[in-house]
Amino acid sequence: MRYLRFLLPILLIIGWEVASWVVNNPFIVPSLETVIPILLHPFSPAYTLGTGSLVENASVSIQRVGLGFLVAAAVAIPIGILMGRSTLLNDFFDSTIELLRPIPPLAWVPLALAWFKIGLTSIVFIIFIGAFFPILLNTVDGVRSVKKTWIEVATTLGAKEQQIMTKVVLPGAAPTIWTGLRVGFGIAWMCVVAAEWLPGISKGLGYLILYAYNFGQTNLIIAGMVVIGVIGLLIDFVFKQVEKKWFSWRGLER
Amino acid sequence: MTLVLKGLSKSFQGEGKTEVQALSDINLEVADGEFVSVLGPSGCGKTTLLRIIAGLDHATGGSILLDGNRIDGPCPRMAMIFQEYSLYPWRTVLDNIAFGLEMKGMEKQRRREKALEFLELVGLVDFAKNYPFELSGGMRQRVAVARALAIDPQILLMDEPFGALDAQTRNMLQRELLDIWEKTKKTVIFVTHSVDEAVFLSDRVVVLTARPGTIKDMVQIDLPRPRDRTGAEFARIRRYVLDHVEKTAFSSKV
Repeated sequence: MRYLRFLLPILLIIGWEVASWVVNNPFIVPSLETVIPILLHPFSPAYTLGTGSLVENASVSIQRVGLGFLVAAAVAIPIGILMGRSTLLNDFFDSTIELLRPIPPLAWVPLALAWFKIGLTSIVFIIFIGAFFPILLNTVDGVRSVKKTWIEVATTLGAKEQQIMTKVVLPGAAPTIWTGLRVGFGIAWMCVVAAEWLPGISKGLGYLILYAYNFGQTNLIIAGMVVIGVIGLLIDFVFKQVEKKWFSWRGLER
Repeated sequence: MTLVLKGLSKSFQGEGKTEVQALSDINLEVADGEFVSVLGPSGCGKTTLLRIIAGLDHATGGSILLDGNRIDGPCPRMAMIFQEYSLYPWRTVLDNIAFGLEMKGMEKQRRREKALEFLELVGLVDFAKNYPFELSGGMRQRVAVARALAIDPQILLMDEPFGALDAQTRNMLQRELLDIWEKTKKTVIFVTHSVDEAVFLSDRVVVLTARPGTIKDMVQIDLPRPRDRTGAEFARIRRYVLDHVEKTAFSSKV
């Protein structure tokens, strides 16, 4: 059933529209006619209560996520590789990581504000926390899953320690690291919306939907949420496509 | 080229404080171009012996001399072929074979040409651009043999290379291996638990006892090649070797 996947969304949209007639209160259930025009004019600031167009707000959010995500990857991947390769370093880091990991990224908000004040650094920090742990843990896992035989083959074929790292360990762990990046990005994207609710922020999709709430514009809230969902979906799709193209060997090691 | 194992032994820490003697006082001299099989029941340490020769494990006593020079660690004059899971799934067949050459720093074009020669030798030219998971078990082991040969070693160390294959493929690869051996004049040390395989392939069969593994008997096989598995002479030698294996297996149980 190829088209079955489209059935529920269509039913939800119809149900939504019916609900908007029945409830007849645009603050609770705004009708589709008031949401769709906003989505159809993503470049126009006229539909967003003068807070910049959808695209403008989306690009601000994407930049923030991108920055926090890249910093997280740049820190988590090297540490993960070291932890995966050395039991000594793993023992050293492990307890601290297990202690910090369950703390939700948003619990770091007050501390972020205390340390970095209001502004980009605080937001990037929250995103960093969100993306860091999945990337780290997957990297450790990926490095550990590199088959011992692969490394021994390289050794007997004359590979040096550094070559084993770049030609065997990294490519062998890459699919799992990539999964970590994908999961990490997903969490980072969730974090940015919340991080944009911090005081003193004046752009971004998270800011936009909170702003719309303050003006009772539920249709704009919905439009903003749709954009957040679609962007998340698209980026995940890109991650998956890369995975298919480069890492299709995963699970087929023989 | 001569390879000499002198009083080689290996023990490791077992459970608790008990010392387990895996190999004890192994003395063996392998001549240039000789095909030697190491035969023994599982757990007799024959793989450990091969790994020590390959430099992947360290002996706790004795020494290995290659042309009179003591070797300790991986040596570029030897290449090892593992039972399975040894090919890099993210590399094409050709790039798998070129791996050792790449480690030596040979430039891309040249190493690919060279790799292609060895691919030809094992009859898989049409699969140069395929990935290991697209090949059958027998093809993968051919690639592993080509990869080992590509670095031009003098000694091939083979650790039950056909152990995971079905009987038919196994017989075919044994014949191919002998062809390659005759063409390339390599010295081969071949670990197996199959009497049939050892008798079919080898100039000499070394019979190892279990726990501690030590050499009990050596059987010289002067039968001309290609050998006929169904011939009376083959059956006689096979019976003879089997008797030795069973005798040593029983004696080591006491």
